[in-house]
Amino acid sequence: MYKEICGKYAPTKDNLIYILHEIQDTHPQHYISEEAVQVISDYLKIPSNHIYGVLTFYSMYSTKPRGKNIIRLCESPPCYIKGSDNILRKLKNALNIKVGETTQDGLFTLELAACLGVCGNAPVMMINDDVYGDLTEEKVDEIITKIRGGK
Amino acid sequence: MKYFRSHILVGINETSVAAGVHDFVAELRQEINKHSLQEEINILETGPLGFFGKGICLTVFPENVNYENVKSEDIPELVSEHFLKGRLVKRLMLDSSGKFSPKFNYDQRIVLRNSGIIDPESIDEYLGVGGYEAWEKALLNMTPEGIVAEVKKSGLRGRGGAGFPAGLKWSFTAPLKAEQKYVVVNADEGEPGTFKDRLIMEGDPHQLLEGIMICARAVGATKAWIYIRGEYKLCINRLNHAIEQCKEYGLLGRNIFESGFDLDIEIKIGAGAYVCGEETALIESLEGNRGNPRWKPPFPGVEGLWKYPTVVNNVETLANVPYIIKNGAEEFLKYGTPECPGTKVYTILGDVAHPGLCEVDMGATLRTVINEYAGGMKKGFKFKAALVGGAAGVILPEKMLDVKMDFHSLNQYAAVLGSGAILVMNEHQSIVDMLWSILRFFRHESCGKCSPCRNGTQQLYSLISKIKAGEGTMDDVELMLTIAQTMQQTSFCALGQSPIMAIRSAIENFREEFVDITSK
Repeated sequence: MYKEICGKYAPTKDNLIYILHEIQDTHPQHYISEEAVQVISDYLKIPSNHIYGVLTFYSMYSTKPRGKNIIRLCESPPCYIKGSDNILRKLKNALNIKVGETTQDGLFTLELAACLGVCGNAPVMMINDDVYGDLTEEKVDEIITKIRGGK
Repeated sequence: MKYFRSHILVGINETSVAAGVHDFVAELRQEINKHSLQEEINILETGPLGFFGKGICLTVFPENVNYENVKSEDIPELVSEHFLKGRLVKRLMLDSSGKFSPKFNYDQRIVLRNSGIIDPESIDEYLGVGGYEAWEKALLNMTPEGIVAEVKKSGLRGRGGAGFPAGLKWSFTAPLKAEQKYVVVNADEGEPGTFKDRLIMEGDPHQLLEGIMICARAVGATKAWIYIRGEYKLCINRLNHAIEQCKEYGLLGRNIFESGFDLDIEIKIGAGAYVCGEETALIESLEGNRGNPRWKPPFPGVEGLWKYPTVVNNVETLANVPYIIKNGAEEFLKYGTPECPGTKVYTILGDVAHPGLCEVDMGATLRTVINEYAGGMKKGFKFKAALVGGAAGVILPEKMLDVKMDFHSLNQYAAVLGSGAILVMNEHQSIVDMLWSILRFFRHESCGKCSPCRNGTQQLYSLISKIKAGEGTMDDVELMLTIAQTMQQTSFCALGQSPIMAIRSAIENFREEFVDITSK
């Protein structure tokens, strides 16, 4: 499967970021495995340490398996002064995990993010590609419950 | 052509999408049809409306009424009252007193002049308002030298943060002989509190493309890259769509307008790193590397992407270019101040009545921007400070409300305009807390290449955490200044050079807060 994805792109180094994006997005656990790194390394003919370096540099990539829904809560100043810390506490409690962890049922991973560019609706989080703004503790409950119900 | 009695403009952006705007529009259309108003009332999905209300926002022309936070359940009332009977629904209006009207904005817009007025997904609408006339002029009636000269004359300065003159930047690259040159657009907007580029791209993607084309022609580049952050899905879709339309219309591709000039524009998606806003780090990222900045010189204009001459410009900078070329530098010079002509797009957040987006003359004071464009302070709140320019910006106290905001004037106060983010704080908010959040951000975003920044950001965060917890002393406060100053002098790139801005302005302007918390 990794080979197929690689094959969509010309084997040049500048496509590395694209390949990593696609591999991660299509993996059910939203991460990039050692095996994937090896396949990319063979395809682009660049050492796996370079790939690992890139992979760990950018905040959107993960080397650990993650949940179905990746929650990225913004902790930058505009969200912080609107109470993102309370939202974080709420999320930790509701999911019973720490930042960087995944719930046992594999449904949620909790992460922190730098500014998401939706500051007009601070505090803000993204769950996968969807933006949730003007968060309150009640709203967090609703969102989590809704996703849990819909699986 | 059909004539409509009223046009409902619906703002489609990340915010309203999050509020379910697509379902909303479908329901609104249904309700309009139910009353057989479809021949009279036109619904237009457009970009940002030039004000930034909550949730789903609508502007209705010709009445020029703005509704905010409209929900599905409001649709029947809205349609039967406003569109059937012509009575405005006051409870949904942005400001029912009528005092604050974003109409004022329209008078002095350059970058946002089409935002919220045309459909950003239609090239025909952009052409209808005179779009791509500047491109045609630049390509057929002007020489590359002439374009560079015109942009130089306009005094346009980079809108990404540093304020470097754009024409000057282009003039380094234009005369170079090289087998390949590139234009790179910095759309990796990551400065906390800034989302102007997102709204410019969502609202009028063709204007940015036209700016890129003119820049490419001026410096002789045949390939342009837009480096955009991965989170900006709507921008990415709209830009891709716009590029396709341009290819169809022959505005991009080979031998454009039979001028012999080729140009291709491609989008590259970032992966989340604040430091990639630094132009050489951005280039590293485009090449498929970690986003570590490069040594300068050589500057990218001489040796950039794959060692070829590369012009890197911010989205807002390039979005100004079509206006300058079409109307001439003289017209552009009528806006702003002599040192900083033109306008600036701000994002105003925090405790103001109408947080949002506005385009204001360069040199307008902070007081003007807050009072006239953001409706003043939120009811019951008093102004304490504003963080201007994001994390790499400064904290300005009340006594600086009347300082002119442009790159030149703010420099005189050791302050910066930066990206144009304005975060307004009320009298109950703590400056120490704010600084803590800023320094946490820097600690996280330091790329780790050079030790002053890598270690410095960590030390600054430890010190401010200690102070915030009430365990610090005034010596710690002074130490923060010393560290940040050292970082400013020795860091490799602007990231490590920036924390001093917030730290110095916080300590100088709000010293009593640091004294209070350290003497407990």
